[in-house]
Amino acid sequence: MEAIINDIGFIIGTTLMYSTPLMFTSLGGVITERSGVVNIGLEGMMFFGAFVAATVAYYTQNPWLGFLCAGLGGAFLGLLHAIACVSFAAEQIVSGIAINFLGPGLALFLSRLFFDGATQTLTIPNKIPLPLHFLFGEGKLFKSAGFMDLVFNRFATVYLAFLLVLLVWFVLYKTKVGMRVQAVGEHPEAADTLGISVYRIRYGAVIMSGFFAGLGGASMSIAVVSRFSNTLISGHGFIALAAMIFGKWKPQGAMLACLLFGGAKGFEIFLGAKGVPVSSSLLAMLPYILTIIVLVGIVGKTTPPAAIGKIFDKSGK
Amino acid sequence: MTAIDFSQKTVEMINVVKKFGDFVANDGINLTVHKGEVHALLGENGAGKTTLVNCLYGLYHPTAGTIRINGRELNVTDPNVAIQNGIGMVHQHFMLVEPFTVTQNIILGRETTKLMGILDLSAAEKKVAEISERYGLAINPRDKIEDISVGSQQRVEILKALYRGAEILILDEPTAVLTPPEIQELVMIIRNLTQEGKSIIIITHKLHEIKQVADYCTIIRRGKYIDTVEVDTVTEQELASMMVGREVSFAVEKKPQKRGPKILTIDNLVVEDNRGIQALKGLSLELHKGEILGVAGVDGNGQSELIEALTGLRTVRSGKILLHNKEITGALPKQIIDGYNIRTIPEDRQKRGLVLEFDVAENLVLETYHKKPFSWRGVLNHPEIYQYADDSAKEFDIRPANPYLTAKSLSGGNQQKVIIAREVGNDPEVLIASQPTRGLDVGAIEYVHAALVEQRDRGKAVLLVSFELDEVINVSDRIAVIFEGKIVGTMAAEGVDENEIGLMMAGGTS
Ligand SMILES: Nc1ncnc2c1ncn2[C@@H]1O[C@H](COP(=O)(O)OP(=O)(O)O)[C@@H](O)[C@H]1O
Ligand SMILES: [Mg+2]
Repeated sequence: MEAIINDIGFIIGTTLMYSTPLMFTSLGGVITERSGVVNIGLEGMMFFGAFVAATVAYYTQNPWLGFLCAGLGGAFLGLLHAIACVSFAAEQIVSGIAINFLGPGLALFLSRLFFDGATQTLTIPNKIPLPLHFLFGEGKLFKSAGFMDLVFNRFATVYLAFLLVLLVWFVLYKTKVGMRVQAVGEHPEAADTLGISVYRIRYGAVIMSGFFAGLGGASMSIAVVSRFSNTLISGHGFIALAAMIFGKWKPQGAMLACLLFGGAKGFEIFLGAKGVPVSSSLLAMLPYILTIIVLVGIVGKTTPPAAIGKIFDKSGK
Repeated sequence: MTAIDFSQKTVEMINVVKKFGDFVANDGINLTVHKGEVHALLGENGAGKTTLVNCLYGLYHPTAGTIRINGRELNVTDPNVAIQNGIGMVHQHFMLVEPFTVTQNIILGRETTKLMGILDLSAAEKKVAEISERYGLAINPRDKIEDISVGSQQRVEILKALYRGAEILILDEPTAVLTPPEIQELVMIIRNLTQEGKSIIIITHKLHEIKQVADYCTIIRRGKYIDTVEVDTVTEQELASMMVGREVSFAVEKKPQKRGPKILTIDNLVVEDNRGIQALKGLSLELHKGEILGVAGVDGNGQSELIEALTGLRTVRSGKILLHNKEITGALPKQIIDGYNIRTIPEDRQKRGLVLEFDVAENLVLETYHKKPFSWRGVLNHPEIYQYADDSAKEFDIRPANPYLTAKSLSGGNQQKVIIAREVGNDPEVLIASQPTRGLDVGAIEYVHAALVEQRDRGKAVLLVSFELDEVINVSDRIAVIFEGKIVGTMAAEGVDENEIGLMMAGGTS
């Protein structure tokens, strides 16, 4: 009995851990797309963020500094995307693709520079801490390797991700700024006629999405694992994008979708750990297959923000 | 009718010029509005009315000219400046965020907040309800925009301006989207507003509305300022002439009819609508060469289904359609167009009449592109196509006469001319015209009517379907009244009793 409960705890725990990077990135997707700008560059931003986090954390030995810098790195790519799409009315998909080349390209270039020609960083000395660690172990509140430990003894990024879902939800639906973001994504001309700067709101939203995607990458490279490598992100940014759509462009929906995808990953690891006689390569495909199934079958009709992907151009007036 | 305070000029636009590139949309326009005045802006589609008010509202920056608000010169750099100076605008295309509530839309950009930018919706709702009541707008602050009628949406737009303390309210073609009872409500609201000392600028090209609500009227023609007149001192006829720049005849000029033999017979036609309910319940009609047969009726009595059945777009359940006594029931659209030479001016010019993204030339050859000389073995011959389009544009007075412009960029009247050029240009045996003048200004309406009459004078048959009784009576030789999917009466148009037809259209017996 206890073994089963612990197994469940293990699955929940790994689900949480693997959902976290997706959640950060997916929230970034929600923010930008609600403002009307498509950002398929999340993958590249996440990739770059993962690299920056590991590098800064390696050299400064401070994971939080790495975490913050990853956000800034992502925000930098977000700024480029905003300049292209908002100021220069570039095709948003094309700009996103460019970001997806630029992010990894930049990361690998810098990686070779900082780590002796290697396309991965060295192992960081300190990972993101486990904030509730003091509760678990011999003579503490909960014993180690029990259910509570497996579920709740998680990196700070896990808790942060959930807090951020709450925060984004609150800002989007309960504040002035959030209402303006939504208005700009639904009907930019209407916002414009009321004296709201569509450009400014979109810049802010796209840069924020880069920041969040950078954090998503960081929570992969300095929490889930302890180094950056060039296969670390491999599509997580796209899964986060899918989660955002599956979650109907809502922060809470995106969170649930990320938990679902993270759950697939957790299950994969669980089966692997149990030594189930299925090729690990096949198991590793589980989250991706789930993404396709979910997007094809279950999502059905969703209504994206009305002005999504459309160019807003005021020039010449 | 209202108490205008002539000592207070709220708006003065002096010699305003607005260019888009080389194109001059406004060429020295003057406009003066006083407190408590309703001032109409009259002009054909594309005359530059919207451009002018956009300059006033700060959406466009005038190339030259002066704007004074309440006597003070003002540089309206953006809508915020306009709003701060008491200018509000209801746009031709509503500026409402569909998934938002009424209140959210109204406060957007001027949100009521508690600390730290957190919205205070209930305070806003109270204020919105207050204003709504004061001006008799009957708006529920909590309704979602996507759930309310177009008329209500327009009142939300008015509320939006009033919420921002508008003293000068611009209404850009407010009646274009309204039903007749809604228009009457709007007139009442406008009266309430002027009573409170607001100034109103109303754009329209419907002359009787100007006569009904406006005190003064400024006429613009192709970007140029023509005149400002006191509405009570001019007739609708005079307004129309000033707007179009020539004498406009409301009456359609027709030669005596030379009626030919029967060409199209519709016998006991039964057709279902999209929900599977019978829309035509045994409709019979006969159309002769050299006549215009007008189908009069209230919208939704089977007119659309009749046209779709005739053009091969809708399955005929039973009954027959005969052309020259040969049955053509169930023919495909292409057969009807190419084989039988029956052409149609469709009801919805933007959805069915044109490919908006195509240019004028491509739209003109939509039905003939596959034939010589426009194509040869499947390859389009562009020089021929554009040459033909150039000629058509001149012949049918399509403005601007540039075959490379997309259909989307033309005004409604000129879009309709493209369709007429295509359909009439192919010399049809039968021309079907469904609501051919909907949304057009008087100049364009006159043009369309003349085109229909010309077909008839050339001995061709014309079937005209319209919800405007005046139009049917003026243009047709014979009138058939449609009610609930049947023809309930046919009569000669000359000397017809309008009341009698009206009664038949409403299902009364005569
Ligand atoms: N932003 C723009 N760029 C270029 N041309 C424009 C623009 N806005 C309007 N126009 C042109 O200016 C003319 C006047 O347009 P508009 O003011 O909308 O006419 P109206 O409201 O009187 O129907 C039209 O020919 C239109 O094509
Ligand atoms: Mg207009």
